[in-house]
Amino acid sequence: MESPLPLQSLRVGGAELLFDGVKEHQVTLPSQSEPWDMKQLLVWIQRNLLKERPELFVQGDSVRPGILVLINDADWELMGELEYQLQDQDNVVFISTLHGG
Amino acid sequence: MPVQCSSCGERRAMLKRPKTGHSLCKECFFWAFEEEVHQTIVAAQLFKPGETVGIGASGGKDSTVLAHVMKVLNERYNYGLKLILISVDEGITGYRDDSLETVKRNQQQYDLPLKIVSYEELYGWTMDAIVKQVGLKNNCTFCGVFRRQALDRGALMLKVDKICTGHNADDVAETVLMNVLRGDIARLRRCTAISTASEGEGVVPRCKPLKYAYEKEIVLYAYFKKLDYFSTECIYSPNAYRGYARTFLKDLESVRPSTIMDIIHSGENLSVREGVKMPVQGTCSRCGYISSQALCKSCVLLEGLNRGLPKLGIGKHHRLHDKILTKQPLTEAEERKLRKSVDF
Ligand SMILES: [Zn+2]
Ligand SMILES: [Zn+2]
Ligand SMILES: [Zn+2]
Repeated sequence: MESPLPLQSLRVGGAELLFDGVKEHQVTLPSQSEPWDMKQLLVWIQRNLLKERPELFVQGDSVRPGILVLINDADWELMGELEYQLQDQDNVVFISTLHGG
Repeated sequence: MPVQCSSCGERRAMLKRPKTGHSLCKECFFWAFEEEVHQTIVAAQLFKPGETVGIGASGGKDSTVLAHVMKVLNERYNYGLKLILISVDEGITGYRDDSLETVKRNQQQYDLPLKIVSYEELYGWTMDAIVKQVGLKNNCTFCGVFRRQALDRGALMLKVDKICTGHNADDVAETVLMNVLRGDIARLRRCTAISTASEGEGVVPRCKPLKYAYEKEIVLYAYFKKLDYFSTECIYSPNAYRGYARTFLKDLESVRPSTIMDIIHSGENLSVREGVKMPVQGTCSRCGYISSQALCKSCVLLEGLNRGLPKLGIGKHHRLHDKILTKQPLTEAEERKLRKSVDF
C-alpha cells in the first residue's frame, strides 16, 4: 500500500468552464496498491473534478485531441503520455486549444 | 527519463514539435519558431521597410504571440517596420472587458502603440445589443462580418499600410476544410493565400505571418515565454459547424500530425476548372467595401438591425434583401419572416 500522492498543482487552462470555472486545483491522490499513472489520473479527474460535458475533455481513455498536456512544464509526449508514473509534487497542466484565439 | 534536446544536445527537451517530430529544449524551440516565421515573412515578401503595420490584437494566444514575434523579428532583422496593435471592442459584457485589459497590458509589455475601435462607434450597435435582437444562435454571422470590417476601418483610420493577423496553420487548414464542405469555390481559392493585395478603396492588404505555425507550438511558445494572454471561450455559442470541422481536424492530427500541412498544401494547389462561375468582386455602393453584391454583407446586416428586421442578411432571403434595399414595400408575410428572431 503506497501512501497518498500530493500533486503540486493541477491546472486547466482554457477548459476551466468544465471545472466549475476553477483553473487551479489542489490535488492529493488517494493511496492505492500500484503507482498512479496519467491514465488513472484522467479517470480520477473525470470522477472528482470534471463538472460538465466530460466529452469536451476526455476521449476514449486519453484527453481530447487539441488539449495539450504538460508534466512539470514538459510536453507529455516526451514523458510517456498515459503511461507516465506520477511523482510526489508533480505539476500537471492541461491547456485547451479548442476555443478562441 | 528526460530526453535531450536534439538540436543543442545540451539541455533537456521540453516539447515534441508536431511539424518535424524533433524534441527541443525551450531555447532551441524559441529560436526555431521565430526563425520559421522570419522565413515565412522573407519568402513571401510580406513587408517593405518603412511600412506601418497594424497587428490585429484580440488578447488571445495567436495575436499575442504574433505581436511578440513581430516585435522580436522587427528588431532582430531590422525590418524597419512601425508596428501598431489594433483591437476591436465588440461590446460583449465581461468577455472583451478582460481581453481588452490583456491587450492594454500587451501594449505596455511590448511597448507598442494601441488603437481600440468599438462596434458602437463603427456601427452604432454593440454585440450585446445585436444579440438581444437576433438571438444567440446567429450572432457569429454578425461577429465575423463586422469584425473583419472593423479591423479594416480601424486600419484606414490609422493609415496603416498593412494588417497582419494571427491566423495559424490549424486555422488555415480548418478554413480549407470548411470551404470544401460548403462548396465555396471562390473562398477555397483565396483562403490559403498568405497575403491579400489591396482589393479596393476600403480595404487594407492583409497577411498571416503565422500561416505555417502549428497551434500547439503557438500555445507552447506563449506558455514557455509566459506571455500574458487571455483564454476563455466566447460566451456566445460558437458556430457549431466550424466546431465539428475543428474537432475532425484535431482527431486526424492526433493520428497524423502532418494532416494540417497536408490540407494547406491541398488547398494551395487546387486549381479551379475553367468555366466555373466565380462571383464578380465589386464594391459596396454604401460604404465602398469589397462586395460581390450591390451592398456588402455588413451594410445588409446593419440595415436589418436598424429596421428591426434581424433576419435580413442571414440565410437565404436574397430576393427580399433586394426589395428592401431598393425600398420597395414588403408584404405582411415577408415582414413576419424577417422579423422573427433567428433560429435554425
Ligand atoms: Zn536545445
Ligand atoms: Zn462569437
Ligand atoms: Zn457596405
